[in-house]
Amino acid sequence: MYKKDRLRRSMMFVPGNNPGMIRDAHIYGADSIMFDLEDSVAYSEKDAARFLVYHALKTLHFGTKETVVRINDLSSGLGVEDLEAVVRAGVQVVRLPKTDCAQDVIDCEREIARIEREAGIPVGSTGMMAAIESARGVLNAVEIAQASDRLIGIALGAEDYVTDLKTTRSDGIELLFARCMILNAARAAGIAALDTVFSNVNDEEGFIAEATLIRKLGFDGKSVINPRQIEPLHKVFMPSEKDLNKARSIMDAIAEANARGSGVASLNGKMIDKPVVTRARRLLELYEAGSKADEVEDL
Amino acid sequence: MKLITTGSAGTMESNDIMITVEPTDEGGVQVELTSNVYQQFGKQIIAVIRETAAGYGVENALITAVDKGALDCTVRARVSTALMRAADCRDYVWEVRQDV
Repeated sequence: MYKKDRLRRSMMFVPGNNPGMIRDAHIYGADSIMFDLEDSVAYSEKDAARFLVYHALKTLHFGTKETVVRINDLSSGLGVEDLEAVVRAGVQVVRLPKTDCAQDVIDCEREIARIEREAGIPVGSTGMMAAIESARGVLNAVEIAQASDRLIGIALGAEDYVTDLKTTRSDGIELLFARCMILNAARAAGIAALDTVFSNVNDEEGFIAEATLIRKLGFDGKSVINPRQIEPLHKVFMPSEKDLNKARSIMDAIAEANARGSGVASLNGKMIDKPVVTRARRLLELYEAGSKADEVEDL
Repeated sequence: MKLITTGSAGTMESNDIMITVEPTDEGGVQVELTSNVYQQFGKQIIAVIRETAAGYGVENALITAVDKGALDCTVRARVSTALMRAADCRDYVWEVRQDV
């Protein structure tokens, strides 16, 4: 069973036809593990990867990690068979690639529900996330994000998207519109906004700059393609001591005002508005959830 | 399941197992295993291969396996893939979950 709202700072792609990587996937500290049946698997090995991920999901324990499988899109002729395998194996979230419109999500959900019924799994047990990888998908982000109650989030797939735009990836300016659309669509639907991969694993500085940007924009997390990207990403999402102290002071002031029976709280002479409290609470929740998750990894 | 051709699956990479299935007319399911951990896990690997083949109703076959430290779930997956390829079968009947 999936959780709609959980920590998803890092979602790590793991090639679905590599037994060693699948076996070790949970040890690197990513919040979610995304087994890939799509782009990282050669067409001639699609059947092998499907069997491998199916048996791995049924057999291996991935601890507190969220399990996600990126299936092939339904129009490829492979996607339904991917769903047959991974839904029956009990994956928590199915990642639908190349989502162009709400109907893509609806079609995928219909297949998932059918399989759950046939397999004797409670209907609604399997979560979904939709990856948007085209101009059409970006423009339809609002309807996509609201297309199913199963959706835990929507994600940007930048490589296909920039190709569709007839450009290439550069300093991120080419992705700004898509990121803002996806972020706002996700927030309007009350689900997670998840950023694309940063392909050059040797460029840590560039990766951190991109992670910092997407965190500032408001994203919940980012796909990663290498374990080396996890720790720097988590550091970016970890609130600073200064911000933590400020958030704690705000929550203390609110608690004190409540104890006094006063509806108005202030800090250093400034009134504390509701959005300020909401932000402070979120920051502390992110810190606690992140610290707890990373602490488990250290044990 | 009727095997009609030679089917193989897996790789020679660490943590994997290379499975080759050849149809035979008689002699039951024969397994020839090569593994660096044969002494410790050979019996277990062969048992998983046999059990998987039996699950598909395979009565006669020569299964050659070169193990590179595969987990049981990898052995099951690679044997399944090789058998499906050997039978030229694309309509796998996924099982009903037993744990719900």
